Amino acid sequence: MPAHAAESMVEEVFRRESGRVLATLIRLLGDFDLAEEARQDAFTAAVEQWAATGVPANPRAWLISTGRNKAVDRIRRDAVFRSRVQGREIASAEADAAAVLDESDDSAFGDDRLRLIFTCCHPALSNEAQIALTLREVCGLTTQAVARAFLVSEETMAQRLVRAKKKIRDAGIPYETPEPPLFNQRIQGVLAVVYGVFTEGYAVTTGTRLVDAELCGEAIRLGRLLDELLPRNSAVLGLLALMLLHDARRPARESHEGDVILLEDQDRTLWDQAKITEGLALVDRALNIPGQLSPYAVQAAIAALHVRARRKEETDWPQIVGLYEVLLRLQPSPVIELNHAVAVSMVDGAARGLDLVDSLRGRGQVNEYHLLHAARGRFLQQLGRLREAGEAYRTALGFATLGPERRLLAARIASIEKMSAAMNSGAACRSDVSGV
Amino acid sequence: MQYLLLIYSNEAEMAGRSPATIASMTAEYTEFTKGIIQAGQFKAGDRLKPTSAATTVRVRNGQVAITDGPFAETREQLGGYYLVEAKNLDEATAIAARIPGAKIGSIEVRPIWPPMA
Repeated sequence: MPAHAAESMVEEVFRRESGRVLATLIRLLGDFDLAEEARQDAFTAAVEQWAATGVPANPRAWLISTGRNKAVDRIRRDAVFRSRVQGREIASAEADAAAVLDESDDSAFGDDRLRLIFTCCHPALSNEAQIALTLREVCGLTTQAVARAFLVSEETMAQRLVRAKKKIRDAGIPYETPEPPLFNQRIQGVLAVVYGVFTEGYAVTTGTRLVDAELCGEAIRLGRLLDELLPRNSAVLGLLALMLLHDARRPARESHEGDVILLEDQDRTLWDQAKITEGLALVDRALNIPGQLSPYAVQAAIAALHVRARRKEETDWPQIVGLYEVLLRLQPSPVIELNHAVAVSMVDGAARGLDLVDSLRGRGQVNEYHLLHAARGRFLQQLGRLREAGEAYRTALGFATLGPERRLLAARIASIEKMSAAMNSGAACRSDVSGV
Repeated sequence: MQYLLLIYSNEAEMAGRSPATIASMTAEYTEFTKGIIQAGQFKAGDRLKPTSAATTVRVRNGQVAITDGPFAETREQLGGYYLVEAKNLDEATAIAARIPGAKIGSIEVRPIWPPMA
């Protein structure tokens, strides 16, 4: 077969299998770097050999077997790799070749992908390291792409990854899926990493752009992978639903100039209906798993209520308030309390919302959160207390780091100043009287 | 793999404990130690005298400097240790979590370099 045909065939197989191949090679070889080299070698060999032989019946098994053999060669030649695998047995090529060829069972490979995810998200690694390692090893992003996503240099990200893998080796972090007693705690860690990737993409925390679609896409892909590997898990379903419902609104969230468009002002015709349909179905499933109610599922249910409203006036705020109260019982948090206060204000008015926010502020937990002050500003503005509203927005601006959000707050401040000026000059009263 | 489990706690707070509390903690430690011996995980372990009894030695430019106290003032101080044999980090952290001092202080889990071949 011509060389370019073989290459495109291998590319196709790479897209489908490269993640699974890596996960299994890491288990067989006991080392991330060695496994990556082995995978590379295997795919290179595939390009060379499949041109003549065609694609094997079980390409995955072929790649793993080839990769492992190449690794054994590498270990013999390379002292660094030798020292890393010292003390561990890489089962002899022949004995295991048969076993590997029999492992066409998807569940065996699924287990390896789960092991990989749990290892990358191990609590003994720093949060930064968990996210970097997951994006690189599980999602297959290049180091450069991960660096770009987190606005650091490629060198910095490469070092972060090197340190993370060194910690895994030095401290003896096992390549295992945790046993039942620890499983629930550890899955929360994994979901936190996935959600961390998503929120980083949804509102890039420093810099000029508001959303990074690629990161959101990777997070959703990770969510789908977890759903495939851990079916009927309320937290997994809930998180996937939450991400899809948020992501559905992405096209309407940012103006051409890169400004924030708040939910209430978004053009709902721009929302992605396919993602909404999928998200709504997942919320239903997430809420109906006996014995499990995850905070992610409740958050997704809230997002679902927003998304069901064709116009903002149709939003079922009382239900949303109720859901926030459920959420607060499951997972008390000042940020959720703030969201609850905003929802309450939509039902009971700005004064009530302001009371709740001020009580939150009084407890001193989130006073550096720009959205707290922005919310205060909104309530005060609605109550006609313009000077105080302006002060609150200014405080919010002091804490806001995102360009588009800062512009929005500055615009609010400017509009309040204009309103105050108009009121002071009496112009508003005159125009009211004249009926203009 | 071998791990050193370093038991840190705030000495001032520990000094303020009642005799009953001390007795109960001692009993818990005895129980815990027996358990890991039986499991074949225990290699060594000791309780250290407080940092008031510590002395720090540094040699610089051939001069031996001896000073009173621990190497640095810290919020929590080293009070004891266990040297354990564990399959991997998860097994080591599981052991550390059962150390009675983990409930009030911090246990640092440090892997030990394997002996030079």
